[in-house]
Amino acid sequence: MQDEPRPPEILAAVATFLKGAATRESGPHVAFQLRVCANAAEICQRQLETAPAAEAAELARLRKLLDRDGDIFSLNQELAARIREGAMDLAWPGLAEHLWDTTLAKLAVDQPNYSGYRAALAERATPKEP
Amino acid sequence: MAADDPASAAKSVGEALAEGLGHIARRHFAASGVANVTRMTAGATQEIWRFELVENGAHTPLILRRAPGGERVSATAIGLETEAELLRAAAAAKVPVPAVRHVLTPEDGLGHGFIMQFVEGETLGGRIVRDPRFAEARPKLARQCGEILARIHTMPTGTAPNLKHATPAELLAQWRASYDATNWPRPVFDLTFAWLEARVPPAPTAPRLVHGDFRNGNLMIGPGGVAAVLDWELAHIGDPMEDLGWICVNPWRFGMVDKPVGGFGEREDLYAGYESASGTEVDRAHVRFWEVLGALKWGVMCAGMTAAFRAGDPSVERSVIARRASETEVDLMRILSSPSGGGGPRSGGGD
Repeated sequence: MQDEPRPPEILAAVATFLKGAATRESGPHVAFQLRVCANAAEICQRQLETAPAAEAAELARLRKLLDRDGDIFSLNQELAARIREGAMDLAWPGLAEHLWDTTLAKLAVDQPNYSGYRAALAERATPKEP
Repeated sequence: MAADDPASAAKSVGEALAEGLGHIARRHFAASGVANVTRMTAGATQEIWRFELVENGAHTPLILRRAPGGERVSATAIGLETEAELLRAAAAAKVPVPAVRHVLTPEDGLGHGFIMQFVEGETLGGRIVRDPRFAEARPKLARQCGEILARIHTMPTGTAPNLKHATPAELLAQWRASYDATNWPRPVFDLTFAWLEARVPPAPTAPRLVHGDFRNGNLMIGPGGVAAVLDWELAHIGDPMEDLGWICVNPWRFGMVDKPVGGFGEREDLYAGYESASGTEVDRAHVRFWEVLGALKWGVMCAGMTAAFRAGDPSVERSVIARRASETEVDLMRILSSPSGGGGPRSGGGD
C-alpha cells in the first residue's frame, strides 16, 4: 500500500505553488509557462479524483448500448464505427444521453471553466420548452 | 550558460537583424537607418519584429514579418512572398490591410519575409470582446466583417499561382483522414462527420479566394472597428462561405458564447454586411456546414497534438492543447442537439 498524501492532494499543492510563489518570482514568459504547468497538474488531479467512477459508468453504458462486452477503448471504437457506418445516430435510444454524460465527464476533467461547457450545463439545468 | 540564455541569443539575432534592416533602410527607403528593433513574437511559423525607420530625424514605425530564423518555412502556410502579394491585392480590393513596403530579396541577407506598415490597434480576442475601449466599435464589427469578406471574395483568384484549390468534399475527406490518423475513438466526431457528409455543399461553380483564418484574434481592431485583416498564411481557393462559418466557431468567441460572430456580434449583421457589399444572398444552412466543419477541424487539430507531443515537441503546453479537443466535443454536442443545428437540411442525391 502506497502511503499518504494521495497523488491528487500532492498535485493540488504543486499547482498552488506554481500559480503563487513561483509565478510572482518569474518574468512574463516563464510566468505564462508556469500557469500552463499548473493547469496541467490540475487536469491530472481532477482525472485521478473523478475518472475511475466516470469511466466505470461510461463502460456500463457502452456495454448496454452496444449489447456486447469489452474494454472501454474497444467499445468506444465499436461505437465510433457503428455511427460511421450509419447504423446508429442521435435518434438511437440512449445514445444522445450517453454522449452527453461522457462529454460532460471529459470536460469536468479537461477544462471545467470552458464557456461551451458552462453553457451546456446551464442549458441542461433548464427544462426544455414543449 | 550564455548560449542557453534566450535573452542573449535574441540579442545577437536582434543585432544582426538591425544591421540588415539598416542596409535596407538606406538602399530601398533612402532613409538614414533604423532604431528600436524589438521582437514582438516568437511564433512557430513566423517571427514578427517592430522597428523604426529614421528619415531626417523622424521615426516611422514598421513591422517585419519573417520566416523563423529567416529560413524555416511551414509546410501548410503559403510562404511570405505569396502573403505579401495577397496583401497588395487585398489593398487594391479595398480590404483594410497593412501596406507592404518591401519584400526581402536574397541580396538583403535576412531570409524570407517582408516589411509592412505598423497599424495601431488590438488583436487579443479576450480584450476585444470585453474591454470598455471597444464598447462603441463592438456592435459595428459583425457587419464590417461581412462587408470586408465580400471584398476579399472579389480578389482575383490568380493573385498568387501557388494557392491550393480544394472543394468542400475534399476538405472534409482531408479532416477525416487527420482524425483517423489520431487512432483515438471520439464518437462525437464520427457523429459530426456523418452530419457533415449528409450536407456537404457541391464544388463551387465559381471558386473564390478564401482568407482561411478570418476570425477574432487575426483582426486588428481600433476604436472605429476593423483596422486591418492579418494572417493570410492559410489563404486558398475554394468555397467563400468557409470564411463566414469560421468566424462563428466557439473558441473565437473568447467566452462570449451568446455572440456568435467572434464573441462580438450577431450572425444576421454579418450576413447583412456580406449581402449588401456582394449583392448575393447568403445561404444560412451553407454557412452552418462550414461552422460545424470549423469546430470539428479545430478539435481534430487539438487531438493531433498528442502525436506531436510524443514525437517532436514534448512541451507541457502542447500536452494541454491536446486536452482541449474535448472542448470541441461539447461545442459539437450543443450544435447537433439543437433544433437549428440537428435539423438543418441535407443535401440531395447520393453524392
